[in-house]
Amino acid sequence: MSDNQNSDGGVPTTGHIWDDNLADLTNQPPRWWMLGLTGSAVWVVVYWLMYPSVPFSTSGTFFEGIGLPGTGKWTAIKEMQEDQKVVDAVRMPFENKIKDMTPAAILADKELSEYVVRSGKVLFGDNCAACHGQNGVGTVDKQGLFAPILNDDDWLFGGTIDKIHETIVGGRQAIMTPHKDSLKPEQIDAVAKYVKALSEGKGDSEPDGKKVFMESDCTACHGPDAKGIQAMGSANLTDKIWRFDGSLEGIKRTIAYGVNAGPDSRIAVMPNFKEAGKLSDSEIKKLAVYVYKFGGGIKDDVPAAAPAAAAPSAN
Amino acid sequence: MNKPRQVGAEEVGHLTDLYQEHEEWHVNLGEKTIHAKRMPGRFRTLKYITQSIWVFFFIGAYMRWNGKQAMMFDIPNRQFRFFDLTILPQDIWMVALLLLLLAMTLFAVTSVASRVFCGYFCFQTSWTDLFTWIEEKIEGNPHKRHKLDAAPWNAEKIRLKLLKHSIWLLIAVLTGVSFSIWFTDAFEYWHNLLTFNLPMIAWVVLISFILGTYYLAGFMREQVCLWLCPYSRIQGVMCDSQTLLPTYDEKRGEPRGKLRKGQLAGKATQGDCVDCFQCVQVCPTGIDIRDGQQLGCITCGLCIDACDSVMEKVGRPRGLIRYASLDEMDGKPVKKLYQHPRTFVYIGILLLALIGILYGLTHLGALTLRVAPERQPLFVRMSDGSIQNKYVFNVLNKTGKDLYVKIRAEGGVKGQIIVDAEKPQLVIHGRSTPFTVFVKAAEANIVKEVTPIEFYVENTEDPNMTAEYNTVFNGPKR
Repeated sequence: MSDNQNSDGGVPTTGHIWDDNLADLTNQPPRWWMLGLTGSAVWVVVYWLMYPSVPFSTSGTFFEGIGLPGTGKWTAIKEMQEDQKVVDAVRMPFENKIKDMTPAAILADKELSEYVVRSGKVLFGDNCAACHGQNGVGTVDKQGLFAPILNDDDWLFGGTIDKIHETIVGGRQAIMTPHKDSLKPEQIDAVAKYVKALSEGKGDSEPDGKKVFMESDCTACHGPDAKGIQAMGSANLTDKIWRFDGSLEGIKRTIAYGVNAGPDSRIAVMPNFKEAGKLSDSEIKKLAVYVYKFGGGIKDDVPAAAPAAAAPSAN
Repeated sequence: MNKPRQVGAEEVGHLTDLYQEHEEWHVNLGEKTIHAKRMPGRFRTLKYITQSIWVFFFIGAYMRWNGKQAMMFDIPNRQFRFFDLTILPQDIWMVALLLLLLAMTLFAVTSVASRVFCGYFCFQTSWTDLFTWIEEKIEGNPHKRHKLDAAPWNAEKIRLKLLKHSIWLLIAVLTGVSFSIWFTDAFEYWHNLLTFNLPMIAWVVLISFILGTYYLAGFMREQVCLWLCPYSRIQGVMCDSQTLLPTYDEKRGEPRGKLRKGQLAGKATQGDCVDCFQCVQVCPTGIDIRDGQQLGCITCGLCIDACDSVMEKVGRPRGLIRYASLDEMDGKPVKKLYQHPRTFVYIGILLLALIGILYGLTHLGALTLRVAPERQPLFVRMSDGSIQNKYVFNVLNKTGKDLYVKIRAEGGVKGQIIVDAEKPQLVIHGRSTPFTVFVKAAEANIVKEVTPIEFYVENTEDPNMTAEYNTVFNGPKR
């Protein structure tokens, strides 16, 4: 502790007196304080030399500093890479496992699938959400639904984990031929009314449309029961979910101009992500599990077209 | 303390005022080490007993329970273990109540009997007492200590000082270790310490505690109470004229004066105080209690012991200095304890906090459930026309082992089904386990856009171990 006793009053003042009686004593600052000040000044120079502290670079070179003891020369990129290693170290055990597993095995592993649900969000946002919407809610343009909703259990090409994986790897593109030339407008009108009624569960109320459906080429792709054939990606017309537009006008347009078949037809193309080369095998597997876990994934042993009916009462 | 000064007109404006004022200002600035005398007595004994509570600080962490440390603030694992009880950060609100309880205990006790904490329990008081006790054993009584301090350095002085400081440092090391082992496995810590394998943070804590203990108890001592400690300042505010304090009975004692031969007790013009300065000599903070209650008094009662022993020797009644309230000294009626409303407010808050903690501890629950409904999309229309909601469940398992839970719901939409409800979910112990749950219901049954629903999770092996959470089921606009 410094001596703060000035009981003799013998310390000279600076000579200036304010307000009649206030003066500054010319006491030296305490030694510890002066040492601290000097030490800090020295440290500033050392610190300045250790880091790349000159904020200019000429022709790509800059003052790199003399470096830190033990760890070498510091740059922001190096520090970021060190931080990245910490993150990678946490993820590595999971990523190593995923590398050698099938999507179905990843899904079956509770811990891994939970990891995918958390880490897949960025992947999905970067690669899928542009068409399918954030969290797979689908996107809508003025002609109807642009890309399918991934949260529901209606799948054009199958909703098992392997089918979803296959879809991402290879892409999908189905075709529906236009019928504006092969069917008369009133026939199109009748069959549109029929499939709309089908979706509402009262297909028998439209016998005219049913006749057109059965006698023209509709059954070739959608099947005689109108439930669609997943191998070719034809839609199930009996459920409540519409790929493009469930209004009568929308249905008529789909029938008249088809899908992926020339001018005015609807466009439905899922790109090939394997070929695009942007995603690694692990990332595609993670995306498949991520999409499955939205809630619409179909278990392998459950037939795709038979979702559980509402139980009488859960209460 | 210092009285308002009568300043002559000629003095006004003199720079030297400052120094004159300073001379009258009897303040212990620590420039002289206080070597307090140790005298036996009631309060001295009481102080030894109350301070021995700190033995628990040194040995408590070694207690084992079911193969683990019985009490441990496990910071890396974010839990506090107390025998069979595990308190996780989710129960942190109880710590707030505990702090309130401790604060109110301090307030209530202080308002009744002044700074009991300072005098009898405070670690600064206790450690200083221990350090000075060692000092006395090595260097002798206060008189010898003063002489030794003033003496030139020689072999004997070096030997005594070295021995004293070594023992002080040893206690400081033990203090640092004893603090640290409450936060990690005690035996593991000792092993790591002796093999120099402690993590950086542990070294920093240990060295800070060693230096802190050594410096605060060895050198700073009463200066901490006078100039550093906020509690000593706060507690003064809680005392009032009804608070029991070590008080010098001025009416009885004054005018003080040295005892003269042949003088008869009670017959002289002199008061009872024989001006022996024993009360000042025993005071660990070096104050004179006869100046009245003051900031430096930690109310340890050692001056009472000293004065009583002197009063006995000179044949006068004890209690010239005694625990008494200012009202009592002023001859005002002394209120009974139950007539202090302020104390009762303190005790009331104290009891509320205690009830809260007891409620918390008995209702800790082994499981805690949090449910977050999916926000985008709020609901999904499935192919059969039903509406599906997605929920992320977080089940906190506070028991010591992993267990399975099953899920059920109350309320919600008529005919709703919880997908895979029959499949039990594994919840890992000691942390929160997330999993996703889907609920779907026929659209026709949904009567409101937002329907309240309450989820339950239940341990498959113990139906009494449940947790619930209220949330909503979202549907299309009605």
